[in-house]
Amino acid sequence: MAVLVGIDPKSDGLARAERMGVATSSKGMDGLVEMPVWEEIALVFDATSAKAHAYHHSIIEKYPSKRIIDLTPAAIGPYLVPVVNFSEHGDLQNVNMVTCGGQATIPIVAAVSKVAKVHYGEIVASIASKSAGPGTRANIDEFTETTSQAIEKVGGAAKGKAIIVLNPAEPPMVMRDTVFTLSENGDQEAIRKSIQEMVASVQKYVPGYTLHQEVQFEIIPEDQAVFIEGLGNRHGLKTTVLLQVKGAGHYLPEYAGNLDIMTSAALATGERMVSLS
Amino acid sequence: MNNTYIQDVTLRDGMHAIKHQYGKEKVREIALALDRAKVDAIEISHGDGLKGGSFNYGFGAHTDWDWLDGIADQLQHAVLTTLLLPGIGTIEDLKRARDLGVASVRIATHCTEADISQQHIEAAKKMGMDVGGFLMMAHMNDPSNLAKEAKKMESYGADCVYVTDSAGALLMDGVVERIKAFRQILEDKTEIGIHCHHNLSLGVANTIVAFQAGANRMDASLAGMGAGAGNAPLEVLIAVLKKMDIHPNCDLFQLMDLADDVIRPLQERPVRVDRETLSLGYAGVYSSFLLHSERAAEKYGLDTRTILNELGKRKMVGGQEDMIVDVALDLAKNRDNN
Repeated sequence: MAVLVGIDPKSDGLARAERMGVATSSKGMDGLVEMPVWEEIALVFDATSAKAHAYHHSIIEKYPSKRIIDLTPAAIGPYLVPVVNFSEHGDLQNVNMVTCGGQATIPIVAAVSKVAKVHYGEIVASIASKSAGPGTRANIDEFTETTSQAIEKVGGAAKGKAIIVLNPAEPPMVMRDTVFTLSENGDQEAIRKSIQEMVASVQKYVPGYTLHQEVQFEIIPEDQAVFIEGLGNRHGLKTTVLLQVKGAGHYLPEYAGNLDIMTSAALATGERMVSLS
Repeated sequence: MNNTYIQDVTLRDGMHAIKHQYGKEKVREIALALDRAKVDAIEISHGDGLKGGSFNYGFGAHTDWDWLDGIADQLQHAVLTTLLLPGIGTIEDLKRARDLGVASVRIATHCTEADISQQHIEAAKKMGMDVGGFLMMAHMNDPSNLAKEAKKMESYGADCVYVTDSAGALLMDGVVERIKAFRQILEDKTEIGIHCHHNLSLGVANTIVAFQAGANRMDASLAGMGAGAGNAPLEVLIAVLKKMDIHPNCDLFQLMDLADDVIRPLQERPVRVDRETLSLGYAGVYSSFLLHSERAAEKYGLDTRTILNELGKRKMVGGQEDMIVDVALDLAKNRDNN
């Protein structure tokens, strides 16, 4: 990393970067552009806010050789989950990393989609209260809306739904994610295998990403079809996948798997972009 | 005090008791009958609030919009209300409910997470709605810290803040301490509400002591129709209030008839205090976990109470229904390994 950019000269992160010998600027994106090293910067990771990202995007647009990975809810560029759709969008100037819950769960929806037509994908993200910052708390609708859309666009479900729950237990709970899909009544063994392969792929950049239980299946027969808003009555195969996401525990504590998977997915995306260019 | 406000939750909390399967006509019939019996407010939505329909909580027989449609115009006395849990429903959903004539909403969060309701409370106020803040699982936060969460909701614009005993785990002293802590810290104009579950048979008693300590909005449902052992039974609460010479407008005989003739026949699993529902109150577990835990117990060959106790031990909060199967699988594994 060449530069760490912030807006608060007294921030812990900037001080830490300086201690590690990384150049810093506390003047935001404008400060970065004024630095001599800007010439050499190929890739910017933006973990600010949706509003700030819109401004940063407008700057990046002026430099066609530079790219930006958006970790905010702005989503000016398309949603990108590296193990699912990097090849579709990996050459664009701006890509969006969806949400923490999306990075954890959409690979699983996509894994089922590879094998069977997914009518409906639903995810429940449970995170420790301590790992939800003020930005998340003030904009919880952004999480549910963005994740739902990405379950459809990236995961391949005809209809997506996302739920987030904050749990204040002490000691803090490690991030848990549950994925439910309702698909055509496909080959259960093939679905199980596809999910296991996907988990192994995500583990390459988030080692603490694990299947917490065996994949669970339940056949929903036609005469017991469920009524799904926006779809109507649907039957088929219900697949339940119970995941745990433990963070690497570098700077943030292990329980904050939600924050770790987001940054790790962005890093994996950036590394692939750089290795291809 | 004559500002008693009785909110019926038969058509919202009661959804849990029948897996969110009320027919549209049944909802209409019950809502209009409650209106004739002069309750002050009628809450309608999926048990987990707007857009609660899901694998995690159970799909409803209808959408919230279908249940709500055409009710508001028919009400002569009562206010049409609904529930929204940030993290499940969104402001867009609330707008849609408002357009269907919903004039009052409760925004529900876990008892330590009031700040996730700011966006929704402010939006509801902007839409001109009456807004309640609903602090769920109130037994999991002590009175003074719970009151601080209530104060946050008040600062966002809530007209009323509730002590919501979702697990039916509070004893009478615990209710009184929380209501008093609210009264101490909240502005005089902010109302205080109480929402009980009957798991320890204290639904009515807890509601009454809350009222005596300063709460004026009281939740209840016909025959207690609600999650777990149900809510404070509306007809019983009204009878008790009348005997205390507190006279809400409600018609007691009409409510008794509705409870026995219309509601009880709908209950496939009786809503009552039994070993499973008592265990909810005893272990301090979200009452809506009941039917999901019973299903998991059957599927994996376990005792429902063992699952509920483990959920309590792991400090699961409302909304984490997905963790019921997780816990059941862990318990089944432990059993098979021993």
